[in-house]
Amino acid sequence: MADNGVNKGRRRFLVGATSVVGAVGAVGVAVPFVASWQPSAKARAAGAPVRADISKLEAGQRMTVEWRGRPVWVINRTEEMIERTREFDASRLADPDSEELHQPTYVSGPLRSVRPEIGVLIGICTHLGCSPLYRPEPDAVDIENWPGGFFCPCHGSYFDLAGRVFTNVPAPTNLVVPPYRFEGDDIIVGEDEEAA
Amino acid sequence: MANPNKAKAERGVMRWIDDRFPATSMWQDHMAKYYAPRNFNFWYFFGSLALLVLVNQILTGVWLTMSYNPSAEEAFASVEYIMRDVEYGWLIRYMHSTGATAFFAVVYLHMFRGLLYGSYKAPRELIWIFGMMIYLALMAEAFMGYLLPWGQMSYWGAQVIISLFSAIPVIGPDLTQWIRGDFLISGITLNRFFALHVVALPIVILALVVLHIIALHEVGSNNPDGIDIKAKKDETGKPLDGIPFHPYYTVKDLVGVAVFLFVFCVVIFYFPEGGGYFIEKPNFEPANPMVTPDHIAPVWYFTPFYAILRAINFSLFGLDAKFLGVLFMGGAIAVLFVLPWLDRSPVRSMRYKGWMSKVMLTLFAISFVILGVLGVLPTTGGRTLLAQVCTAIYFAFFLLMPFYTRLEKTKPVPERVTG
Amino acid sequence: MKKQLFALLFAMLPVAAMGAPAAGVPFSMEPDLQDKASLQNGMKLYVNYCMGCHSLEHQRFSRAAEDLEIPQELVEENLIFSSDLAFNDQMHIAMGSDDGANWFGAAPPDLSLVSRLRGNDWVYSYLLTFYKDPDTVTGVNNAVFDLVAMPNVLEPLQGVQEKVCAETDRPVEGTEPDTLSGKYQSCETLQVTQPGQMEPEEFEEAVYDLTNFLAYVGEPSKLQAQALAPKVLIFIFIFGVIAYLLKREYWRDIH
Repeated sequence: MADNGVNKGRRRFLVGATSVVGAVGAVGVAVPFVASWQPSAKARAAGAPVRADISKLEAGQRMTVEWRGRPVWVINRTEEMIERTREFDASRLADPDSEELHQPTYVSGPLRSVRPEIGVLIGICTHLGCSPLYRPEPDAVDIENWPGGFFCPCHGSYFDLAGRVFTNVPAPTNLVVPPYRFEGDDIIVGEDEEAA
Repeated sequence: MANPNKAKAERGVMRWIDDRFPATSMWQDHMAKYYAPRNFNFWYFFGSLALLVLVNQILTGVWLTMSYNPSAEEAFASVEYIMRDVEYGWLIRYMHSTGATAFFAVVYLHMFRGLLYGSYKAPRELIWIFGMMIYLALMAEAFMGYLLPWGQMSYWGAQVIISLFSAIPVIGPDLTQWIRGDFLISGITLNRFFALHVVALPIVILALVVLHIIALHEVGSNNPDGIDIKAKKDETGKPLDGIPFHPYYTVKDLVGVAVFLFVFCVVIFYFPEGGGYFIEKPNFEPANPMVTPDHIAPVWYFTPFYAILRAINFSLFGLDAKFLGVLFMGGAIAVLFVLPWLDRSPVRSMRYKGWMSKVMLTLFAISFVILGVLGVLPTTGGRTLLAQVCTAIYFAFFLLMPFYTRLEKTKPVPERVTG
Repeated sequence: MKKQLFALLFAMLPVAAMGAPAAGVPFSMEPDLQDKASLQNGMKLYVNYCMGCHSLEHQRFSRAAEDLEIPQELVEENLIFSSDLAFNDQMHIAMGSDDGANWFGAAPPDLSLVSRLRGNDWVYSYLLTFYKDPDTVTGVNNAVFDLVAMPNVLEPLQGVQEKVCAETDRPVEGTEPDTLSGKYQSCETLQVTQPGQMEPEEFEEAVYDLTNFLAYVGEPSKLQAQALAPKVLIFIFIFGVIAYLLKREYWRDIH
């Protein structure tokens, strides 16, 4: 029973080998349990890309499509709205060049869009999740030199028509631009351009 | 290893814990200095395996409740949702459904070990009784769990079993209605069975398992020779035929675990329906109170008792066949509880009992298996007769035990364990 | 002793579900989930001939596309006929179950699980054994489902099948085979009397594909199980060997 004749090295090796293989097995068993918390096929089907016809969207108008349970705004900006947005005083915006990544990589410039006229934004305020109001006209809100944009009534955050957030408002970042691409008259929200 | 400071620090941590919680002494009492007889054989794997399956059932069960919907409208579809839409849902569900079968397979073998080596005899009567209570709770757990998929067999199986209570004189019909909570088995019944299956009974089973193990570790394990290893101790008070449970039986049980898991996974991956015995075919159709399936059979682990129920097709002492059948079925389980007091043999193990005990145990085991087979088959005249014979043997094994165990000549028991 | 016990353990494992047609049906088929061409053809047949009435409430187009290796565009163009259905949707049908009950006397059942409820052999035999029977409402009957309410929707492919008296290789209950040819005489033999678009062998293959597809739909996870099983079993085997060596090492102390 005592230590006589015991091959300690071999024993230690076998304990180690069993422990390692056992630990690998435990991780393997954990895989299905962890993976089963991923969105199920039902959730993924509900969160699938949505398609909307934008050929009838009048200049200056906004439409809302639902994607993954959230409102996604598609706005057809007029030349004049584009002008106002482009020429707005960047010092009043917290992140005018969209350096924090809240949009797909193929979306760039001050208008934060693929086509200058079509803006696509997730209509959820980046502060605490309210849905801001659409105020496209100059002087539509009580703020100096309003370029047109969005106003969140919950805590008073302002965004321009490209969804860029103003300085000195509660919302910390620009509105999120979802992945989207165009196909004929349709816009497909939730699918990247590359995927086409 | 070669770091004395680290070892010292570990001792310090352990002392800190031990001053507040008996971690080291529990480890020693139940593992490192729990002396188990050194002659455990094949039959002694099934206790630890039962514990493994219990853990499997709890873990997979918790995960299934995350996606299952216990309503009559949604239950069936939610099982298919788990099987198809949830990542690895099929694996978790099959681990649970196959686990139920494995649980009973392992528990039956564990119980047979008890019969073989007299593990129920003094001073282990309470271990046996706690074990029987686990078995009873397990049957209730399995029965209620089988309703949850809300398939045709779920529904009609539950219908048959709940109807058994209607055989009880006077209160029967009211009792069945109370159990169902409705005039038929409905979503109301499903909801209460769900609550019992996932909350109440698991708590009961866990508590009973703890009692079972505490009682076992108080008196120590029996062994294939049925002798008391504590009778012969060395100068330090350690049983001469005992070896520490850890590491010797932990490493041995690990081998058993590997073999078990291999078989278990073969079933999960290749035969999850078990040829229609683990998941029955009619259960792939949603419950329909208007249409009974052609052939209703319980899941395999209940079939011996179901066969006993059906074997009683005669009235006796003014009791009608239906009630008598229920009495016999209940009696077949109840008699197991008093087993420790039926066995009057001076020895524990079958190795040293006389020929009568050996013959009776063999006949009993054969009858139990035959009853199990008959339970899944439709009845015919010949089969009913066979079931009656087997039922008679089943009860004779227990009820005649006080006589044959006293009458027969036993062999001398060795002083020390053999083999 | 030990060997016998293990034999007992293995005997408890089901060895059913292999070989020989299931009880009571004349034909047998072995599904092959690796045969993507067969499954694809089965899905095409299902969508064209069955899905007018029978939904697959639990089967998503997208899952089938992935498992059967059909590109999304092809599914959307060729397999999804209803504009209400999207690629990720389950294979619903437009017909309400009340309409079905009115038109056929019974609502056409959902077939997601038919292969598991009735078995593959039954489905295969059912689809092969429609025959002309002027006494029924639909004008056809079925050898494995007497007085079935469903018409033979595959008739354009199969042609008209009738019961005729003929020689057959299949044993017939209560009769002796011919001593010379070893064949049986049966007036229950089904024979195509007016050919359809397909030759009988071609038709059998088409029905095989359709049944194969329904076998897949019954348990899509079987594909994953088949892929995962060998890895898990090999791992457990290795673990078992190491655990056994460890046990033997420690038990040197005892013996």
